[in-house]
Amino acid sequence: MADANTSKVDITVQQLMSQKGDVEIQQATKSTVHLRVQRGAPGQEPHFDEFDVEVQEGMVVLDAVHRVQSEQDPDLACRWNCKAGKCGSCSAEINGQPRLMCMTRIDDLPAGDITVQPVKTFPLKRDLVTDVAWNYAVNKRIQPFTPRGMTPEEAAHGEFKMQQIDVDRSQEFRKCIECFLCQDVCHVLRDQSKMIQPTENGGFYGPRFMIRIASLEMHPADAADRVPLLKQEGGVGFCNITKCCTEVCPEHIQITDNGIIPLKERVADRYYDPVQILWRKVTGKK
Amino acid sequence: MSPEPLFQKHDFDVIVVGAGGAGLRAAIESAASGRKTAIICKSLLGKAHTVMAEGGAAAAMGNVDDRDNWKVHFRDTMKGGRYVNQWRMAELHAKESPDRVRELEHWGAVFDRTKDGWINQRPFGGHTYPRLAHVGDRTGLELIRTLQDKGVHSGIDVFMEYTVVRLYKDAAGSINGCLAYQRDNGAFHLFRAKAIVLATGGFGKAFQVTSNSWEYTGDGYGLAYQIGAELMDLEFIQFHPTGMIWPPSVKGILVTEGVRGEGGRLTNVKGERFMFRYVPDMYKGEYATTEEESDQWVEDQNLLREGKITASSSKSRRPPDLLPRDIVARAIMAEVKSGRGTPRGGVYLDISWRDPEYVKRKLPSMYHQFKELANVDITKEAMEIGPTMHYSMGGIRVDPDTQMAPKVPGLFAAGEAAAGLHGANRLGGNSLTDLLVFGRRAGLYAAEHANKAKPGPIDESSVETAIQHYLGFLAAPGTRPTADTPYKVWEDLQVVMQFKAGMVRFKEQLEEALSELESIKKRAVAVKATGSRAFNPGWHVAMDIEKMVIACEASVRSALTREESRGGHTRGDFTEMNEANWAGRNVVVTRGEDKMIINVIPIPPITAELKAILDADVKDISNKGKGVV
Repeated sequence: MADANTSKVDITVQQLMSQKGDVEIQQATKSTVHLRVQRGAPGQEPHFDEFDVEVQEGMVVLDAVHRVQSEQDPDLACRWNCKAGKCGSCSAEINGQPRLMCMTRIDDLPAGDITVQPVKTFPLKRDLVTDVAWNYAVNKRIQPFTPRGMTPEEAAHGEFKMQQIDVDRSQEFRKCIECFLCQDVCHVLRDQSKMIQPTENGGFYGPRFMIRIASLEMHPADAADRVPLLKQEGGVGFCNITKCCTEVCPEHIQITDNGIIPLKERVADRYYDPVQILWRKVTGKK
Repeated sequence: MSPEPLFQKHDFDVIVVGAGGAGLRAAIESAASGRKTAIICKSLLGKAHTVMAEGGAAAAMGNVDDRDNWKVHFRDTMKGGRYVNQWRMAELHAKESPDRVRELEHWGAVFDRTKDGWINQRPFGGHTYPRLAHVGDRTGLELIRTLQDKGVHSGIDVFMEYTVVRLYKDAAGSINGCLAYQRDNGAFHLFRAKAIVLATGGFGKAFQVTSNSWEYTGDGYGLAYQIGAELMDLEFIQFHPTGMIWPPSVKGILVTEGVRGEGGRLTNVKGERFMFRYVPDMYKGEYATTEEESDQWVEDQNLLREGKITASSSKSRRPPDLLPRDIVARAIMAEVKSGRGTPRGGVYLDISWRDPEYVKRKLPSMYHQFKELANVDITKEAMEIGPTMHYSMGGIRVDPDTQMAPKVPGLFAAGEAAAGLHGANRLGGNSLTDLLVFGRRAGLYAAEHANKAKPGPIDESSVETAIQHYLGFLAAPGTRPTADTPYKVWEDLQVVMQFKAGMVRFKEQLEEALSELESIKKRAVAVKATGSRAFNPGWHVAMDIEKMVIACEASVRSALTREESRGGHTRGDFTEMNEANWAGRNVVVTRGEDKMIINVIPIPPITAELKAILDADVKDISNKGKGVV
């Protein structure tokens, strides 16, 4: 292998730091896009404002929205935070597709106008911002992690002894960044009005919270039983596995295959298995 | 009909400002102590900047290498901070971190596992032993989600998408409340409180190239300064060595140090692994000196994880790519300045020599981030990276044990908002455990303070004055005809900080920065935001700038004062560390009558026991090490 010190060190770090100025760097290519952004607040007829925005190679839709805010319309409302696909704040419908604005490169979109709209399933607050409070209300209904007892070895170590292979599934679900795009495309929520008070039966908690429940139910050290919640308030039965949620997940979580279907099986085993039904009759247990 | 009240009132024992790791942990502790607790946060719950932390949480649990213990962690933290840390905080942090990490597991966090089934730990810059409990490269998300779920079942009131703009104290000088506005409708709210914890993070958004999210506008620094608290160490700014540099729109986005922890190699445009040339004397002997030894170390980490060798039997030392961040960032800058950088002004970081499946499993977010934003497959090609403003070591001066600001009873700070733990340079992974250890302490002592405190009433006329000032930014059409937009002022501020108070500072540039900040300050109080009070980003920026300018001025004045280079503070005109004049001293900024007052204060003398740890050879303070089998 080559010697590490092949470049002759002709100048020390100290000397370099005392030099002012930066080196010339390569510039990105520029172009212009035409942005159509839905505007308006509750009670107003939504309308589109149009903006021509100068963009550089590699820019994402959120960059274009920011450029509008800084150069053309400072009160264009949009929610964002990390701009790196890690916080899930900037969900929107871009050319009708639910996506994160910060992870949608403009040069990956088909040529032509770019339409940006708020996610449709949640009530509008203003422009691109929606009211996602319902999701937080649902989350509060789910029994949090409830640790099982520890073995003496575990107690001595202060940690649960769990193999990686046994936590892989729960970790997959815990990748969720709560962008709520899955909730947005879920037609049970979007079209069938199942977004009701989370405390009432007859509604559906949506893919995000199926995944949340799955992450707990499949946690090797969790001792709680959320199957009754799934069947009743959670409404897991309403999901008819069209997998739209999986398709839009920016974290590529296999929501339906790895999460919802196994949860449905747990409910079926508990409530619809004839042997179990008989057992419950004999023992009187629910 | 009576007019709408100018503000609504709320009453709490403890208010926590900020819902990142430190804020959530503080609120959980305060609520557990039985105090009526609220969190006020700028974003939706669970979106705070903590989600961006990737590599892990440093805690000397010794699960991978059982030679590790709190003493070695303490020593590493102090050394990485160039010994201007508050040693008491470094001691508490090193001792309490393992319990805080394990506590998270009991609250539902699912860390990556060792072969034996315990919490796995990865190597990181400046840490002697593998020490970072992690979940792939999304440890921050795991931490925040765990605390969020614990928090919502702890009886905490959460005011989401509210921004705090003023703190108040009573006639005796004790905290008695704060003023906030609601982002979605622009309504103002006055919160009475007996104690306030600032967990507001740093001020990265004052720079052009930063890994920080929009929330990082120095709110805590500004709020605390305005009511007389001290700001300390603000000259120490961490430029993370590895931020994305291409395409330009993603410039600054973080590339986790975990890439190097997993064997990522830094190379210049000539393909040379240049870090071997940049090992400073204080780290000589602790890092690999050849490429062969570096590669052997990476291989040994594999064998160690698989239990095929014992920790103490591995003779290879860490690659110099894993030196503390300030050293690596300066080395990259030196390579670029010497003409050995890439045409886009960075260097390469290469993990493609490792097994693609392993890379995807251990660094999934990096894989997607580069694939989706830069069209780069990191399992096949090298990443192009350069330094990015990442973290403020300085912040609000606090008591090491209680996290209370010495000059303002009832005001607490934790996490990046507070100063002290990291000294001149923070080690990667120490931030997440900082949040947990000192978030808990701040919550605990804030609750204790609230239990006894009986602050006097808030002077409501000053509240009204403040509200009228902020509403003034929403000037009617036709008024303030020559005013700037808030965005314009903010962008100008970023240019000043990036180019005159950035990675390398010079006296005359810092002085220019100060005079430009003066004019920005004047423009900032007279900006004009269009539109209404309903979810109006321009108006929000107008209010953010007030705090950002304070943080920037304090940082620039501190940088001017410290005439030496140390850790995250590099002076082009004083390139050496000056032990005679600056060891054991911190720069403190407070509010004077009409200008900032700078003081240089000594660090309290370290105890003999801790001094002995700093002076010892690592081997002598390590555990014997039974090895991992």
